[in-house]
Amino acid sequence: MTLILFYVTSAVAVFATIMMITRLNAVHGLLYLILSLLAVGVIFFLLGAYFAAVLEVIIYAGAIMVLFVFVIMMLNQGHKTIAQERAWLEPGTWLGPSLLALILFTEMLVVIVQGGSAETGHVVSASQVGMALYGPYLIAVELASILLLTGLVGAYHLGKPILKMAKPRSEP
Amino acid sequence: MSVIPAEMGLLLSGLLFVLGLIGVLARRNLIMILMSLEVMLNAAGLAFIVAGSRWGQADGQILFLLVLTLAAAEVGIGLGLALQIFHRFKTLDADSINQMQG
Repeated sequence: MTLILFYVTSAVAVFATIMMITRLNAVHGLLYLILSLLAVGVIFFLLGAYFAAVLEVIIYAGAIMVLFVFVIMMLNQGHKTIAQERAWLEPGTWLGPSLLALILFTEMLVVIVQGGSAETGHVVSASQVGMALYGPYLIAVELASILLLTGLVGAYHLGKPILKMAKPRSEP
Repeated sequence: MSVIPAEMGLLLSGLLFVLGLIGVLARRNLIMILMSLEVMLNAAGLAFIVAGSRWGQADGQILFLLVLTLAAAEVGIGLGLALQIFHRFKTLDADSINQMQG
C-alpha cells in the first residue's frame, strides 16, 4: 500500500515539476511548483520523516512560496492587471493543479481511513531530531542562524526603495 | 515493515534535480530560474531524507533543515536581486542583463 502511495506521489511530483518548467506564465509555474513541493512533503511522510514533512509544507510550500507570490505581484503592476486577472481565472489555469491537489488529498484520505497511520519507513521522531540538533549539531544551528541573518541584511539592502538609485552613487 | 526502496527514493530525487537543472538552463526568466533552483534544493533535501530514513538516523532531517535554511536565505536574496534588476533594466530576461558595468 505504501509503495502504491509512493509511486503515485512520485508521479505527481515529477509531472508537476515538468509542468512547472514548461509554463510560460510565472504564476502558472508557481501553482505547479507548490504542488511539486506538497507531493515531496507527502513522500517525506511516507518515508517516516514527519517533522521534515511538516516543515516542507509550512516553510517551503507556505512561507517561501508567499515570497514568490509577493514578488510576482510587485512586478506585474500596471494597467494590464485586469486582463491578467481575467486570464488567470480561466479554468485551464487552475484545473491541472487542482487535479494534482485532489490526488494528494485522496492519498491523505486513504491514510486516514486506514486508521490514521500509514505503514511508513523507519520513523525518525521530532524529539530525536531535536536531541541531535541541539547536541552534536549545535554549531550547525549557529551557522544557520548567521546565514539567515546574512540573508535578512542582504534582502533588506537589496529591497531598499529604488529612489536612491537615481542619484549617482560615489563608489570608493 | 514494508519500506520504500531507497533506490527509488534516490531515483526520484535525481529526477527532480535534473528537471530543476533543465529549468535553470532552459528558462531565461529570472523568477523561473529561481523556482527551478528551489526544485533542485528540494531534490537535494529529498536525497538527505531518503538516506536518513534508510539508516534510521536523525542526521538526514537535520541536513534537510540546513537545506531549508539555505533555501530561505537564497530566495530572499535572489528575489531582492530580481526586484533590483527589474527596476534597473525593466526586464527579467537573464540574457539581456549581461552588460553590467562593474
